[in-house]
Amino acid sequence: MCLAYMMNYFPEEVLEHVFDFLASHRDRNAVSLVCQSWYRVERFSREKVFIGNCYAIIPERVIARFPRVRSLTLKGKPHFADFNLVPSDWGGFVLPWIEAMARSGVNLEELRLKRMVVSDESLELLARSFPNLRSLVLVSCEGFTTDGLAAIASNCSVTPLGELAIGDADAMVGLILVLAMITPKVALTLFLMELDLQENEVEDCRGQWLSCFPDSCTSLVSLNFACLKGEVNLAALERLVARNHNLRSLRLNHAVPLDALQKILMQAPQLVDLGTGSYVHDPDSDTYNKLKSAVQKCTSIRSLSGFLEDVAPRCLPAIYPICLNLTSLNLSYASLIHSSELIKLIHHCSQLQRLWILDCIGDKGLGVVASTCKELQELRVFPSDIYGVGSAVVTEEGLVAISAGCPKLNSILYFCQQMTNAALITVAKNCPNFIRFRLCTLNPTIPDPVTMQPLDEGFGAIVQSCKGLKRLSLSGLLTDQVFLYIGMYAEQLEMLSVAFAGNSDKGMLYVLNGCKKLKKLEIRDSPFGNVALLADVGKYETMRSLWMSSCEVTLGACKTLAKKMPRLNVEVINENDLIDASSDDRQKVEKMYLYRTLVGPREDAPEFVWTL
Amino acid sequence: MSPPLMGVEGGGQGNVSLMASSASMDSISQKGLGLKERNYLGLSDCSSVDSSTVSSLSEENKINLNLKATELRLGLPGSQSPERDPEPNLLSSGKLDEKLLFPLIPSKDGICSSVQKAVVSGNKRGYSDTIGGLPEMKGSMFSEGNWMFNAAVTDSETQKSAGQAKFSGNAGMNVMLPSGLSGTQPTTVKDGPTKASQERAHATNGTSHNHNKVNGSNNNTSPPAAKAQVVGWPPIRAYRKNTLATSSKNNDEVDGKPGPGALFVKVSMDGAPYLRKVDLRSYSTYQELSSALEKMFSCFTLGQCESQGAPGREMLSESKLRDLLHGSEYVLTYEDKDGDWMLVGDVPWE
Repeated sequence: MCLAYMMNYFPEEVLEHVFDFLASHRDRNAVSLVCQSWYRVERFSREKVFIGNCYAIIPERVIARFPRVRSLTLKGKPHFADFNLVPSDWGGFVLPWIEAMARSGVNLEELRLKRMVVSDESLELLARSFPNLRSLVLVSCEGFTTDGLAAIASNCSVTPLGELAIGDADAMVGLILVLAMITPKVALTLFLMELDLQENEVEDCRGQWLSCFPDSCTSLVSLNFACLKGEVNLAALERLVARNHNLRSLRLNHAVPLDALQKILMQAPQLVDLGTGSYVHDPDSDTYNKLKSAVQKCTSIRSLSGFLEDVAPRCLPAIYPICLNLTSLNLSYASLIHSSELIKLIHHCSQLQRLWILDCIGDKGLGVVASTCKELQELRVFPSDIYGVGSAVVTEEGLVAISAGCPKLNSILYFCQQMTNAALITVAKNCPNFIRFRLCTLNPTIPDPVTMQPLDEGFGAIVQSCKGLKRLSLSGLLTDQVFLYIGMYAEQLEMLSVAFAGNSDKGMLYVLNGCKKLKKLEIRDSPFGNVALLADVGKYETMRSLWMSSCEVTLGACKTLAKKMPRLNVEVINENDLIDASSDDRQKVEKMYLYRTLVGPREDAPEFVWTL
Repeated sequence: MSPPLMGVEGGGQGNVSLMASSASMDSISQKGLGLKERNYLGLSDCSSVDSSTVSSLSEENKINLNLKATELRLGLPGSQSPERDPEPNLLSSGKLDEKLLFPLIPSKDGICSSVQKAVVSGNKRGYSDTIGGLPEMKGSMFSEGNWMFNAAVTDSETQKSAGQAKFSGNAGMNVMLPSGLSGTQPTTVKDGPTKASQERAHATNGTSHNHNKVNGSNNNTSPPAAKAQVVGWPPIRAYRKNTLATSSKNNDEVDGKPGPGALFVKVSMDGAPYLRKVDLRSYSTYQELSSALEKMFSCFTLGQCESQGAPGREMLSESKLRDLLHGSEYVLTYEDKDGDWMLVGDVPWE
């Protein structure tokens, strides 16, 4: 009370300094609502801006409010786009954002994009417009080729000496300043520290994008190109690694063979995060021995991934020395490592906090994880056999073992053959700390095979026990009951994914009414309809978005909703029969995506998307 | 876990509660637990189906339920739920009143049995089998604003007795492949269910979605290996799917036997004395495929041949080779499942 009164008399610099301690954008958002002067101070001091839905606002308004933005995070397509439920030209283009920032002279240093369409043109513009660009992170994006990456690598720009901003000491090591005419071949200032490409669909243009990093580029801290399908110039790669002494994180693609890896590791013993390429060699060869000794010098590696496409199990022992110190291990693309080899590997990894693995490890393998990895916090078990001919899988046993052995577990993604209520109840008792709980049964409506009951009780136990649960994905046979439990108990829930579940509108209503903190709700193939949709239209303005596909919602209801709530964009996506003004209101909508927005219907919607 | 205690508020919801309470009385006697069933929406809902069968679990799964905590408050959007009091507040917006207070006729017994029938009849039923039981409930229980589903239940009951799985238009298996994927490269095992569901999806378009359509293809009898592929299930990123598919292809080559990833098709060249087989999954572009085929058939003299192809064509599994790259007279064609000869290369590789 007294303090707040006094705060008003602080000079703005003091307020700004106080706000510096607020890292989370939610805290900053809260602070900016306190009063006009706090709003003003906060907006001029915010450097990191997070936009969870790129269509909720336009770039010009973001820049106007936060003129000193240096780091921008943008998310585009709805989550279900990952699973081919959203047509590819739905939207999510980053170009308008880059153009707007370039026009306004934003001093962009970091750009992080998720599920956005990034064209080569955007990358080229990005490279040209922001001389201080340090970090580019693209996750699940598409639309670009290695030519666009070449533009980033070259990063042509010129900065007069006088205006050079001194960034981190790290970034300045080995920096060469050249005032010269602008040509791609001449070394210029380059600040790029991070180029991180995670699981993007990149078209390979067989160019030499890696060679485009000029010799003066010595600032790299993180380089991840594991998702690229094409060849890379190995010599250029080795030289790049050799001159970037600050490189901490390096993730290679499958085209980098083991002998190149060995040479790279010799040059970069300081690595903290390594992603191998393909991992095949003759274990009796000289190269393999050299690899072993190179690995032994890499005492800083804490995170390991890769083993893409080709793996020779007999070469795995080379990495055992690293395993002792690993806190993060991603073997989820290593489909060629058999479970016995995986188990041998896991035995060495007692410090693991995060493990991503394939289900071919089996329940038995998960038991080994449970007894070895006592520090485990996050586990993801992916299916190895997607085309469904039923080979190795995991069941509820593996999950129960993990929950019993790993008390710190707080995040799980688990693809399994089957699940029982009893197992889920046990897991809930063992691990009350779940923040993220995502279960996916390979058969989406499978009941508990022991009791033949729906999995309502199991998931009910999870939400009741895990009071901090923020994200939940359901699967298996489920009735409205599970949604009642979720509405009653999942008070912190922010994101819920539903598929093939529920019996009636009540299911959805329980959730909408009960989960006060709900931000994202995505539903597919469930019998929720207009009554549920229209029951509480104001709720949607408290949420980021709602996705409903193959449900019972009709066009008329969507129109009603859109009319009542002008600050929502209600998009109807109908690819097969185009919905237009002449369509019957009683027609069911194939896909509906609605989200709150400050700027009305978007202008780049394709033909098959109709914003009501 | 013992079922949530759902209370019927006697006077709170007017005359509606009478029917609701009688319904819940039935379910209580079913449960035999002597618990007061509270029904926050004034309806007896199908959750009692599960409650009745869960009593067997209640022995080992005692979790203390806070009576207060079980009340589901309906408040203004964005408001924190205040301390829950036993009087459930219906939506302050009041929009919902009329429709939701409309009671459900307790023919849920019919629903109960149909649910149980659907799930009890076999151990580890395939996905397609279990989904057969559900949608009839979905289809019947909720047309727009129609909470009286007695008639619909009867309907579905009689249909069910015919022993066929049914689908309402959008629920259940949405096996329609997205545009660009349909029909060109499915494996033979997938073809049956895919085609059937495409027909089904077409059939339900434009007609009333409240009718339960009879499923022509016999989902109940499809072999496990031919499990229909639902779009987007299991939910794995496309990038991961593609990457793992490539890996399994490599594995197959190493093992020397066709694994789940292999997709072999017959290739014939006009005038060649014998045919070849190629694994389509081992290539990632048309370019690769055509150069591989070129290599394969280079041993034969390239001449002009007009002979029509071999008899006994399988669906989608034959191509005539003509060499595009060398600008000779050969082009790649294939016969699709409709029996039409198509030029290779029009459809995206996936």
